[in-house]
Amino acid sequence: MTAISLTQPQIEVPVARRRRLRWLHGPAIVGVVVITLWVLVALTLPLWTPFDPLEAVGKRLQGPSASHWMGTDALGRDVFTRALWGARTSLPVAAVVIVSAVVIGTIVGALAGFFGGWLDAALMRTVDITMAFPPILLAMAITAGLGPGIRNAMIAMVLVWWPIYARLLRAQVIAVRQREYVESAWAIGASRWLILRRYILPMSYTPVLVNSTMDFGQVVLLVAQLSFIGLGARPPSPEWGAMITEGATNFYQWWIAAAPGVAILLVVLAFNFVGDALRDSFDVKESTR
Amino acid sequence: MRRYLLRRLAVMPVLLLGVATVVFIVSRLTPADPLVSIIGERQLTNPEVVAAAKARWGLDSSIPVQYFKYMKNLLHGDLGTSFTTRRSVLSDLWDRLPATLELTFAALFIGVVFGVGLGVLAARKRNTIIDHIARFFALLGSSLPAFWAGLILLYVFYARLGILPGPGRLDPRSAEPGHITGFFTIDSLLHGDWSMFTAALKHLILPASVLGWGVVGIVSRLVRASLLDEFSMEYVRVARAMGLRERTVVNTHALRNALLPTITIVGFLFAFLITGAVLTEKIFSWPGLGSYAVDASRKLDFPAVIGVTILGGVAFLLTNLITDVLYALADPRIRLS
Repeated sequence: MTAISLTQPQIEVPVARRRRLRWLHGPAIVGVVVITLWVLVALTLPLWTPFDPLEAVGKRLQGPSASHWMGTDALGRDVFTRALWGARTSLPVAAVVIVSAVVIGTIVGALAGFFGGWLDAALMRTVDITMAFPPILLAMAITAGLGPGIRNAMIAMVLVWWPIYARLLRAQVIAVRQREYVESAWAIGASRWLILRRYILPMSYTPVLVNSTMDFGQVVLLVAQLSFIGLGARPPSPEWGAMITEGATNFYQWWIAAAPGVAILLVVLAFNFVGDALRDSFDVKESTR
Repeated sequence: MRRYLLRRLAVMPVLLLGVATVVFIVSRLTPADPLVSIIGERQLTNPEVVAAAKARWGLDSSIPVQYFKYMKNLLHGDLGTSFTTRRSVLSDLWDRLPATLELTFAALFIGVVFGVGLGVLAARKRNTIIDHIARFFALLGSSLPAFWAGLILLYVFYARLGILPGPGRLDPRSAEPGHITGFFTIDSLLHGDWSMFTAALKHLILPASVLGWGVVGIVSRLVRASLLDEFSMEYVRVARAMGLRERTVVNTHALRNALLPTITIVGFLFAFLITGAVLTEKIFSWPGLGSYAVDASRKLDFPAVIGVTILGGVAFLLTNLITDVLYALADPRIRLS
C-alpha cells in the first residue's frame, strides 16, 4: 500500500484513504467477519480440533449428535471437522489461482495497452479466444488433459481466469495513458518502463483489485466443482467438492453433503458481500464472467 | 449496421480457428499416453493392436500433420469417435443436445420471469425490508453451488416429502416419446400423451429451478439497478405527475426501457447456464451434454472432451454475436462500431 500513496499525486491521497474504507458497512462487515473467521479456522484448526480429519473417530454414518455435530461419514470420520478442514484446501488454492491470474493478466494487459500495435492485437486475440469458452468446460478439458489432481486443476483455473484481468487492465491503461500528467512525464524524458510502472499502473489497478475480490468466491466454487467431478482434490482429502461427492453416494445421510455445502455457501456469500460493496463504492463495472 | 455485422462475421472464422487450435493444444497436453485410454493397458504389449490404434487415431504422424488431419476432419464435421461409447462424437452430441436445451430453456424461463418480478419488486420497495430480502434471495442464487443445491432439493422434495420425482427426464422404466424435437415436454404433447407430458414437466421442475435460481440472481439485480435509473428520468416524473397509477408507470413506461440492458447479458447468462448445467445434469442424471462432458473428462475420453469443448466455444461465440445484434436492433440509439 505504501508504494501506491508514494506514486499518486499528493493531493489525491486523503481522498484515496477515505475511499479505502467507505465500502465497509452493512453486509460487507458481515462478509469481512465471516472471511476473517474462516481464515482463522484454516490457520489454527490443527491446534484445537479434537478429531483427525482422515481417521475414523466413531461409528459409521451416525447422524448429528452432541459429540459429532454434523455426524460421521461412511468411514466413521467426523463430518464437521472435515468441513472445517476443507478451508485449508479451498482458501489457499483460490488465493494462489487468483493471484497468479492477476499477475499474468496484469502483465499481458499492461503490455497490450501500453505498447499497442501488433503486440496488442496478438495478445488480445489470445484473450478473445480463451474467453470464447465457458470457463468450466475449458477447465475440465485442460485438467483432463494434464491429468486429474488439485495441482493440475489449479493450472487449468489460472489458464481460464487470467484473460478477464488482462482485458480489464488493458482498457484502464489505455484510458490512463492519455492523461496529461503522463504526457508531462514523457516530456521530461522519463523512460517507458518508469512511466508504465510508476505513473500508469498505480492508477489502473482498481478494477482488477475489485474484480479479483469478487471472483474469489467464484474460484472457490470452481475448485469445488472440479473436485466434485473427480478432477480436483481426490478422496480421502477433506476438500468440499470431494466431500459432496461422498455425500451424493450416501444420499440418505444428508449431513455428509450438507456440511461442506454450507461451508462453500458461507465463503462464497461472504466474498460476494464484500465484492458488491467494493464495486458499488469504487463504481467499477462487473467483469462478464 | 450491415457493415458492423459483416465485420463481426468476418472475424468469426478467425475466432473459430483459434478455438479449434486451443482445443487441439489442450488435447496434446496430456503427459500420459493417449493410447492407454484408447486400448487399455493390457493391450499395450500387443504390437498389432497398438499399430492399428495409432493409425486409426492418427497418432503415428508428427504433431503438425496431426494438426492438419484434425483440422481437415473438423471442417468435414468429423469430431472423431468416442473411446467409451464407440460412436461418432458428433452423433453423441446431437443426441444429447435436446435434453440440455430443454433444461436450459426451462431454467432461462424460470430465471427471467422470477428475476424480472423480483427486480421490479425490489426497485419499487427500495431500501425496505422487502428489498433486502429480495436482494439476499438473489445473491443466494449466485452463491449456491448448483450441484449441492440440487442434492439438497432432491433429498427434501423427492426422498423426504415425495412430492416431486427423482433424477432423470422421465420415470424409470417409462419409454421415451417418439422423437420429433427431442424435447420430451413438446414431443409428448405432439403425441397427445398427457400423462407423459406431466411426468416430463415434473421431472424438469427441480433441475430447472436449481439452474434458474442463479439466473434469478443475475437478472433481478440488473433489473433493479436499471429500473432505479429509469425512475430518476423526467418521463417517469411526468407520468407520475399526470397522476398515472404507479403500476402503469412501472409496467408500461419504466420497465420497457429498463429491460433493454438485460439483453446485453444474454451471452453471459448462457455461459452461466452451461456452467451450471454441467453439474446440475450430473446430479439429476440428466442425459444431456453436461453429464456427457463430465463422464468424458472423468474417463479421459479425449475425442468426446474435445467435441464438447468445441461445441461450447462455438455456441458461446454465436450467442455473443446474436446478443450484440439483438441489442442494436432493440435500441436504435446504439451505433455499433
